[in-house]
Amino acid sequence: MKKIIEGLAYVLGNDVDTDQIIPAEHLVYSLSDPEEKKNYGKFALTGVPGEQAGLPDGNVSFTEGDNFESKYSIIIGGKNFGCGSSREHAPACMEIAGVRAVIAQSYARIFYRNSVDGGFFIPFECITRLVEEIKTGDDLKIDLVANTLANKTQNKMYDLKSLGEVIDIIEAGNIFEYARKTGMIASS
Amino acid sequence: MGMTITEKILAAHAGKDSVVPGDNIWVDVDVLMTHDVCGPGTFAIFKKQFGENAKVWDRDKVVIIPDHFIFTEDTHANRNIDILRQFVKEQDLPHYYDVGTDNYKGVCHLALAQEGFNRPGEILFGTDSHTSTSGAFGMFSTGIGNTDAAFILGTGKIWVKVPESMCFEFTGKFPDHVMAKDVILNVIGDIGVDGATYRSMEWRGDAVMSLSMEERMTLCNMAIEAGGKNGIIEADEVTTDYVRQRTDRPYKIYHSDEDAKYFFKKTYNASEMESIVAKPHSPDNKAKVSECEDVKLDRAYIGSCTGGKLTDFMAAAKLLKGKKVQIDTFIVPATREVEEDLHKEKIGGETLVDIFKNAGAYLGDPSCAACLGGPKDTFGRAKDNQVVISTTNRNFPGRMGSKQSHVYLASPYTAAASALTGHITNPAEFVNN
Repeated sequence: MKKIIEGLAYVLGNDVDTDQIIPAEHLVYSLSDPEEKKNYGKFALTGVPGEQAGLPDGNVSFTEGDNFESKYSIIIGGKNFGCGSSREHAPACMEIAGVRAVIAQSYARIFYRNSVDGGFFIPFECITRLVEEIKTGDDLKIDLVANTLANKTQNKMYDLKSLGEVIDIIEAGNIFEYARKTGMIASS
Repeated sequence: MGMTITEKILAAHAGKDSVVPGDNIWVDVDVLMTHDVCGPGTFAIFKKQFGENAKVWDRDKVVIIPDHFIFTEDTHANRNIDILRQFVKEQDLPHYYDVGTDNYKGVCHLALAQEGFNRPGEILFGTDSHTSTSGAFGMFSTGIGNTDAAFILGTGKIWVKVPESMCFEFTGKFPDHVMAKDVILNVIGDIGVDGATYRSMEWRGDAVMSLSMEERMTLCNMAIEAGGKNGIIEADEVTTDYVRQRTDRPYKIYHSDEDAKYFFKKTYNASEMESIVAKPHSPDNKAKVSECEDVKLDRAYIGSCTGGKLTDFMAAAKLLKGKKVQIDTFIVPATREVEEDLHKEKIGGETLVDIFKNAGAYLGDPSCAACLGGPKDTFGRAKDNQVVISTTNRNFPGRMGSKQSHVYLASPYTAAASALTGHITNPAEFVNN
């Protein structure tokens, strides 16, 4: 597991649901074909209402034009991030677009599980709400050993909650690697 | 200390005498369900992790029900059905309901019930958040992603953190014009869209137990709209009557102990329930129908796993019979069985199909259809800034296909009454006349 994650912030609000993260009409592409799956990066977060997309100003596109990669790799969210459907295309599209971490007040459980078990990115919980603290485009640095978030643009530091009981799966990489490490399934 | 029904079922499937909320346990899975949207991704992960020639853990426990993007020209969507067919062939799976055949069913959550896969005391996982629907049968059921489903396909097991339980008790009698949809929208409005996050929502009380299986499914279906891990109702004679008609497999009935511990308990007087809508753009944005009667509508939609069952269409037909809708009204039966029932069931000598056609409604084929928007050619998909009243379960921004549209969630009674007037309308006087 990486010890440091650095990147630019993309800030969203409360109750960002999976239809906002990846609208259902796009759930037709292959998640395993290297070329076809780029569509998920291209359409990641395109369902977010304009005024909520890239706070505080809003109307900030997550990916530009036909690009499947975003310049933003750390998502800041409010409460109940990822609510709604069980579609794993939601954390997958964010990873394909280059997301390495999400820091939210709280998560909907299926989205949280999918993020961890699939090893798409690390879902952190913040101790104090950050949606009004951090601006889209701020330069962030997460220290996974100290459990801290540094906002290099604003020169501020925040503590993050411990990853708790899922840390073993995150460290292993995903649920399959974890199960191999613990002898539940045979090593490949 | 006593256990809730959810804790008992989880303990039994983990080979333990007891569990407490917060325990992380590995459970044995009785049924794994997947569909056309998540099946292809699940199978790809299964093959990558267990090998190209690996076999699923138990052919008889895998159920594959295409239902989401079915009646479309979208080539990628149709390719995904081919992937399901290919996997079923490779694995020789017996429980597959192929598109374009007599065996096609429609929406998975109702098809699971109708085909006998919902059995008290069992554990069912599905790659769909509304898998919570099956909890109406006194079983543990919940939604998972492709990775967890692939893990189950290979091992028959998955880890679960035992949820705390919340108890929602309804005593007395619901008013005639109040449906299960009003009850669940009321509760979600009370506790919020994250009010039950990773908790079990257990429904109790004589008013709940007076409901049909279809109405009980509506209650459990929308547990996820409050963030719930599962919804659950203890099995009784209503349950076993339904199950016995659908399967002869054995099952086990569990009850919550008298001294079971609940994180939250609330008792409602059923007779005080009213017709409720969830306003745009969140299922917890609750209002009484009587407070929204000035909202003008462009269309009504009656369908989906939560609002497209026979009970839902009986309710709608009762109001639409002999009248004309004032707005575009879409009728989408959840499954083929419901569709066949629309041709058989009659009110005053007229079949439901005829009632809907004569009222000027449009009838679609059984599938998820516009509940989640879907490909551009999906039946009933919302356009532009339309205002829609819908019996579906989500009104997130853009959920029904247009980011500018406004969706009000409501019961079939309320949707039908509103279709007749063109604005949100209290169904009470229509029902009671």
